[in-house]
Amino acid sequence: MSKPAVVVTGMGATTPLGGDVASTWDAMLAGHSGVSPLTQEWAANLPVRIAAQLAVEPSEKLDRIKLRRMDRSEACALIAAAEAWADAGLAEAGLDPERLGVVVGSGIGGATTLLAQDDILEQSGPRKVSPHTVPMLMPNGPAAFVGLEYRARAGVHAPTSACATGAEAIAWGLDMIRAGRADVVLAGGVEAVIHPLPIAGFASMRAMSTRNDEPKKASRPWDKGRDGFVLGEGGGIIVLEREDHARARGARVYARLAGAGMTSDGFDIVQPHPEAEGGARAMLAALRDGGISPKDVMHVNAHATSTPVGDMAEVVGVLRVIGDHPVLTATKSMTGHLLGAAGALESIATILSIRDGVIPPTINLDDPDDALNLDVAAHKARQMTIPAALNNSFGFGGHNVALLFIQA
Amino acid sequence: MTREEVIAGLAEILEEVAGVDPADVSEEKSFTEELDVDSLSMVEVVVAAEEKFGVKIPDDEVQNLRTVGDAADFVLKNL
Repeated sequence: MSKPAVVVTGMGATTPLGGDVASTWDAMLAGHSGVSPLTQEWAANLPVRIAAQLAVEPSEKLDRIKLRRMDRSEACALIAAAEAWADAGLAEAGLDPERLGVVVGSGIGGATTLLAQDDILEQSGPRKVSPHTVPMLMPNGPAAFVGLEYRARAGVHAPTSACATGAEAIAWGLDMIRAGRADVVLAGGVEAVIHPLPIAGFASMRAMSTRNDEPKKASRPWDKGRDGFVLGEGGGIIVLEREDHARARGARVYARLAGAGMTSDGFDIVQPHPEAEGGARAMLAALRDGGISPKDVMHVNAHATSTPVGDMAEVVGVLRVIGDHPVLTATKSMTGHLLGAAGALESIATILSIRDGVIPPTINLDDPDDALNLDVAAHKARQMTIPAALNNSFGFGGHNVALLFIQA
Repeated sequence: MTREEVIAGLAEILEEVAGVDPADVSEEKSFTEELDVDSLSMVEVVVAAEEKFGVKIPDDEVQNLRTVGDAADFVLKNL
């Protein structure tokens, strides 16, 4: 049975670089860093005092009462979904809600709600705990709020695979449409956990950059001086649509989601496999799924988080599966690491790279690792025609997702 | 505390918790049907009213507080 073609017809985002896709993309192409010092009082004694915080506060887009009842991650989901929905022209499309699905995940869920309500519990007792606590902290909350907003009735799902979540959500959305369960799926990821506890936890793992005095230089994938990732927050959601459905309504098509590969390492709870064995299998699976030859993959938007081990393992995997011809970039050098939203935001960048024929730069790659024997769009955006591109995402737990986008 | 003060206090809580316009708040308005306060937000209203007026509103009493006037009656009786 042939698989129905699935295309991307809308995109939405709120990120450390901008409050929407256009401003985020402009900032990426210009090589801006979204990382800044954490000036909050609670950050003063942390080993890590930098993060990539939202460029536009949710309060500028959602009303106060709505925000009272949702976690920041859920607000990011609604903001990104609203942009994607409008961008795809779905408001006027007269969709059957029973053919509309939602797949939106987060890596950590409503942790800031949980911690804030725990403070209330400790200080003021159980009666003062907000009745909105549970829908605010449940990990399916972002997906559920989006589903409710657009009355989606084909199924609302919330994958969680740490830093691969956003990409996994898009892969599930592809599956939903291919399986005939939906014509249109809002798919992506969100994360908003800039709070002392998650920061302390990641810092204790020695996973985060402590370059506190040079925030904009802290996220430096593949650079010899890299010392860990920079925590970011935000959300990205794309509209996946069965191609014939999109064409029939005259929708603008950004790119085609030709295939997805999902594997697991079975290796270590947090350490990446040193040769990205599972990541390589995910890339290969995506190529096979999409029926695309490795030689057509001219670009890889890498997972590359700026950690010492993970960045180079991915390079080994790309060389083995794709070859030495693709041009790589690591947009986390600018956005920081949005954890569960990363794969969605980077899919948006990959899609726009294909559409516009330009690869955003990897900033801070001043002194490349000796083992980096692949071409990277360092410092400046690179113009080139891209028939096909991969977006890689890997998560704690050994989750690997590769998404293959091609020109529509 | 006068009845007017209690109703004004309830209006303040409703604005803070549920975004209800204070001009819409009057004796005969029902919380859920007319002022659009959902069940979870009603819990917030009750807890905030307990604090503001220094009364205890038992859970099994809440279902009897259909309108703003019902809530004002309860508060004034239990001050």
